[in-house]
Order: sequence, then C-alpha cells, then structure tokens
Amino acid sequence: MAQTLRVVGDTLPGADMNAPLLEVEDLQVEFAVRGSRIPAVRGATFAVEQGQTLAIVGESGSGKSVTSQAVMGILDSPPGHITGGEVRLHGVDLLQQDAETRRTVRANHIGMVFQDALSALNPLWSVGFQIGELFRMHRGTSRKDAKLKAIELLDLVGIPDAKNRVGQYPHQFSGGMRQRVMIAMALALDPEVLIADEPTTALDVTVQAQIMRLLRQIQEDRDMGLILITHDLGVVADVADEVAVMYAGRIMEQAGIHQIFERPANPYTKALLKAIPRVDTLGQELEVISGLPPNPGALPGGCSFHPRCWAAEDKCSIEDPPYETVATGHRSRCHFAEEVYRDER
Amino acid sequence: MSESLSSEAPQASLWKDAFRTMRRRPDVILAALILLFVATMAVFPTLFTDKDPTRCIGRDARQRPDTWFRGEHPLGTDGFGCDFAATIVHGTRPTIALAVTVIVFSILIGLTLGILSGYYGGWVDAIISRALDVFIVIPLMMGAILLLSLFRGRGSSGGLLETVGPPALALTLFGWMEFCRYTRAVSIETKNLDYVTAARCLGAKDRRIMFRHVLPNAVVPVTAVVPTTLGSIIVAESALAVLGVGVQPPATSWGVLLAKGTEWAGGGYIYLFGLPLVLLILTVFAFATIGDALRDALDPKLR
Repeated sequence: MAQTLRVVGDTLPGADMNAPLLEVEDLQVEFAVRGSRIPAVRGATFAVEQGQTLAIVGESGSGKSVTSQAVMGILDSPPGHITGGEVRLHGVDLLQQDAETRRTVRANHIGMVFQDALSALNPLWSVGFQIGELFRMHRGTSRKDAKLKAIELLDLVGIPDAKNRVGQYPHQFSGGMRQRVMIAMALALDPEVLIADEPTTALDVTVQAQIMRLLRQIQEDRDMGLILITHDLGVVADVADEVAVMYAGRIMEQAGIHQIFERPANPYTKALLKAIPRVDTLGQELEVISGLPPNPGALPGGCSFHPRCWAAEDKCSIEDPPYETVATGHRSRCHFAEEVYRDER
Repeated sequence: MSESLSSEAPQASLWKDAFRTMRRRPDVILAALILLFVATMAVFPTLFTDKDPTRCIGRDARQRPDTWFRGEHPLGTDGFGCDFAATIVHGTRPTIALAVTVIVFSILIGLTLGILSGYYGGWVDAIISRALDVFIVIPLMMGAILLLSLFRGRGSSGGLLETVGPPALALTLFGWMEFCRYTRAVSIETKNLDYVTAARCLGAKDRRIMFRHVLPNAVVPVTAVVPTTLGSIIVAESALAVLGVGVQPPATSWGVLLAKGTEWAGGGYIYLFGLPLVLLILTVFAFATIGDALRDALDPKLR
C-alpha cells in the first residue's frame, strides 16, 4: 500500500515533527475508592516511535489497560485520576489539552482496538455504516463515497466479499471477522499510533495468529506506532520490537524483544518466561509464580514483587529498587538487575 | 424520535425490511386497518355522517338505536338529543389530535431531559431528577385542574387549537416524566457500553454519541410505553371533561362522551358509554400491536 500522508500541524497545534511520536513519562493514575486513593499506575515511562511496535505485558490488574485509557483520554473520571506525568504526542503534552483538542487527537492521531469486538460495535447499525460514519463526520465525505471507503477498508483487513458484507450487522460476523471490522474502524482515520488492548484475548488460537499477523502487516504498511497490550508473552514474540513488562502499576523491565527473551534482567520477567509452556518441556509440570498479584490498595513495602520473588533478600522488602539501565536500551527495576542480567542469580 | 433513525442511507433498507416483516403479520394488518379507520374519521368526519353534532333537539333525546345503522339516527341520540353517530365521529379529531400532541411533546421533553441527565450525570442529572421528582409528586389531576382553570371562561370559537390546546398543554406538562425516567435509565446504561467507549476513542462528539448510540436504545422502552400512555391520556381527558376543564363544548371528544355516557350507562343506555369505550380500546390495541411489531421488526437480531 502507498505511504499515507498525514497532516499533523492542523489538528495538533505546537506539534514538533522531530520529537518522538508518543512518549509517556512518569504517568501516575489513581482511583478514588471509598475515600481512599488506590494507585493503579505508579510512574510508567515508555515511548513509541513511528514504525515501531511496543508490547506492554502484564498480569490482570498490573495497570496496563489503565495506562492505555489514560493515553487515550478515556479514563473514567471519577473514580480515575491522572495525578502526575506527561503523555506527549509529537512533543505536545496531551494531558494539558482541553477536551476538544483531546477529541480531535483521538479522531486523527491515536486509534484503539478493543478486546471484545462484539460489544465494541453497535449492534443496531451495519458495519459499513459504522465505518462510513467516521469519514462522514471527520472528513465530510459524501454518503456514497463513505460506503466505498468502508468497502475498501474491509477489503484491506481481509474480509472476503467486502462488497456484500458491508451492509451486514456485527452479529452476522464471526469473532475473528468482527475483530477485523474493529481494526478497520480504528484504521479509518489513518492514525499515527494504534493502541490494541488485548486484541486477541477473546479469539481462539488460530484466529489469534491471523489477527496478530494482520496488525503487524498494517503497522508496517502504514508506518504506524503500535502499542500492543497483552498478558500473553507468546503473542508478543512474533510481533513486537520492544517489550515493557508491567507489575503492580510499574514497569519492571523494558528492552528489545530479543533481549527480553534471551537475557532478561528482572526476576519477574524471568519467572514469566519460565511459565510459558514449551515443546521441549512437554509432559513436565509447568513452572508457576507462587502467590497472587498484590492488592493495589495494600502494596507490599520495598519492591512490590518481593513476596513472590525467588531472588528476594531482606533489602527488597525495605528499599524500592531503582529503574536502572543494564545495557543499551535495556532497563530493569531490581536491586539485583545486573546479576540477573549476567545470569548470576 | 424516528427522525434520527430514518435519516441515514442504509436505514432505508432497514425500514424496508421492517415493513416487509410487519406486512406478514395478520394482527398488524388488523391494527393498521383500525388505525386507518380512526384516522379517516378524524380527517374526513363527513364521510361517515351528514348530521351536525351540535344540532340537538331536546324531544329526540335518548332514542335507542333500535334499528341499528338505519333511519334518522343510526346510533341513536344522546341525553341532549344530539345524533350520537355524528358526536362520536366529530369527536375523533380532537381526541386523536390531543393524544398525538401530548404523546409527541411528552416524548420530546422526556427524551431530551432523560438523555441529558443520564448521559452527563453530575449537576445536570441532579437538577433534572429533582424537577422530575417534583412533577411526579404533583397529582396529574390537581396540576391539570389548577393549570386549566387559568384558561376557563375564555370563550372558545371552536378552532382545533383552541379546543385541544389547553388540555394538551396540561397533560403534557404533567405527563412527560415516565418517558424521561425510562430514557434516563437507558442513557446511564448505554453510556458505559464498550461501543460508546469505542466511539469516543474514534473522536465522536457527545451529541453524536447521544443520537447514534443512546437514542436508538431508548426507542424500545419508549415505544413500549406509548400505547398505554395513549389510553391514559384519553381517560385523563375524560376526567377533565367531567370537571368541566377539558375539551370545551361545543367541541366534543371521546373523553367527553365517556364522561357524559357514564351518567346514562346505568339507565339502560349502555351504548352511550360503551361505544366510545370500544373505540378507545380498539385504538389503544392497534397502537400497542403496531408498536410491538415495529420493535420486533427493527431489532436486527430478531430478523
């Protein structure tokens, strides 16, 4: 597909095209629940460049979805509050913008794909109408052209017989096809960044692979930044360039995909990797990480992972580990990051 | 309400499909025929009777229609000697005009306030909900009587607006709350659905979300309430007529006939009460059937 031309300055005043595409710095999100404030994200820092895929991996409740909601500006508030940090698109801090600017940013710059495509599509309107409406409301396209664009997009995301299926309703599509429709909608306005929040969790395994391949291919064709949020390290391996591992609202480790898989520098990542079922360990019992993720309202002192950590020492329950660089482009939050990295622990 | 549904291109086929589905149901055809009959009576009363309903002769009072549909008075005469067939037929237009006006404005007010309060919540919701509480607490009859007493004594020249206007205003003012409550509940439920979040992620404005996603979900509960409300409006109008503040003579309506008919119903003149009641029941039945069928036909999942 031809390279698309995006005009950024019109819709995002103050944009600096030389600044990184999307940067999140020290993002803090809290939820106000029954008078107390529960931290959900405690200082997330990451960046996505054009043409790059960043995977954010973590267990349920690790704050990965909340992070993406905060970036999109769709956090339910109350109870959610962004209490600190910056989300910069082309150098412009989105958190400082008014509601209308944020809306146009959502329309023109950042797209999102949801986990459950059935509930993310309105059952009352045909898919073609829902896609076409985006062109009509944001681009002023005529009704006829909008329908043609919708067909074009459905074709792009690999829906066979798009011409006839454009008038069908979401319930007439299978799970995988529905997710393709969802992706088509997210792509309609040609975003620079696409956030996919567990896009394959609701699908069966064979379809998962197809959808991931589709996302990867579209990301390459359109030279987008892709943020892939998942709890499945296996899904990440083929697609991501960069992986950030989240635990209890913090990024525990961030590195290139190969470094994460080959030389993890954090005990949590290491434990996660061991827990992936593999062909050569067939028949053996799976490794597990004992214990449960901590209650965000009562986080353990020191390193939040220490109660479940196989490498923990006294120091870990007292002192919060710093987020340090162990190698170029490889950061880890652990007192023993160096040793884990060198495989001495 | 159906405006927003029918305004978009692919919906042309949606309505076509709905029509095709409905055409196959015998109860719908029957209901449509009843409505057509009532509507024709309302628009062209002279097709059904050539008598003047205001020309009443005292010595002809209370003639039983012994020879049904034949003779001078096909349905007999009422307590004042007016031709009963003419009264019923000419009473249709004010009745239907009143009911439709009240329903349309109640829905407009109820939907607007309900969607605003449910969608925005916060202080908007607080104000609208408290206003709602106040209007629910005021008994319909008391509110309507108080309001209508302002219009009393003002001579009526018999124009439709003048005849129907005051009771319609009173019944709308104290009748929109049910629509508002249902719509508010639907809005609160809908605004947290994934597809609304998805629409927001795609840069949809509030207004767009309200029209495209919230409003269609309100159609089902609202159409469910319309037929019964229609019945209760006509009954309420009849009660206002008894109290002398409803549709003012010389104009008449089914409500007025019901009210007057009760006086004679015990004395062997049951038809004076029964005929308008049967018409009312048939009309409500027809609206209920069509509303129900329309709801089924418009639901893409049932097709």
